[in-house]
Amino acid sequence: MDISLLDIAFYVVAAVIIFFSVMAVTTGRIVRSATYLLFVLFGTGGIYSMLGYTYLGAVQLIVYAGGIVVLYVFSILLTQSDRNMRYKIPLAKFLTVLLTCLVGAGLVIFLLVSNHFALVTIPQGVELPATEIGHALIGADKYQFVLPFEVVSVLLLACMIGAIMIARKQK
Amino acid sequence: MEIHVIHYLIVSTVMLFCGIYGFFTRKNLLAILISVELILNATNINFAVFNRYLYPDALEGHFFSLFGIAIAAAETAVAIAIIINVYRNVKHVLTDDINELKG
Repeated sequence: MDISLLDIAFYVVAAVIIFFSVMAVTTGRIVRSATYLLFVLFGTGGIYSMLGYTYLGAVQLIVYAGGIVVLYVFSILLTQSDRNMRYKIPLAKFLTVLLTCLVGAGLVIFLLVSNHFALVTIPQGVELPATEIGHALIGADKYQFVLPFEVVSVLLLACMIGAIMIARKQK
Repeated sequence: MEIHVIHYLIVSTVMLFCGIYGFFTRKNLLAILISVELILNATNINFAVFNRYLYPDALEGHFFSLFGIAIAAAETAVAIAIIINVYRNVKHVLTDDINELKG
């Protein structure tokens, strides 16, 4: 049994993701919650890279860790959310939610473990070439994705206009 | 020693249920949005992992994750615009305070 560097990297990243996603939903300070979310997003980018999807990992880092988290921090500061974090939820509700999540997670993990694809492996460290992604992204043939690409660009434009319309100051 | 597909799936399962837990217990709208981001990330990881392990020659899961990231960015931008507008009108961003739908 030999342990390669990729295995160690995967388990470190997995531990980071699990720890910080638990912390992100249990901490009482919302700025810390956003910071822990940032670490989870970094870890997700690392997982994409380890799968060989380095392009997807780069997109994850740029869009999520670079864009969305900054948006979160600015809106947290704009809405004085730290003052809005002091509340109590009823104990019965807390226990119900905790039980639901634990039972749900246990059920899903049991189903995964008892399934036959659970032990599939791939050769590690094989990168998906970027030219293949580029051809698939702007090709119009079968299994190519120019239509969703254009639809997403129109969606981003629409949501940008919508966000400006919603958030601007009313006269 | 090889990393099996189950390891990635357990990580994404834990992330998904953390998101669900936060979605139910938080009352601040921004904290709820952070939980939603965790849920979306878990689904994106699942798409990429199943694509890589079960169908390594296809690219559908990879592109579904890619478009999922783009749509999550759009969703976050609109949601934060709405939350800032709510704060401007109600002075709070707790779910208990947002109970009237007046213009």
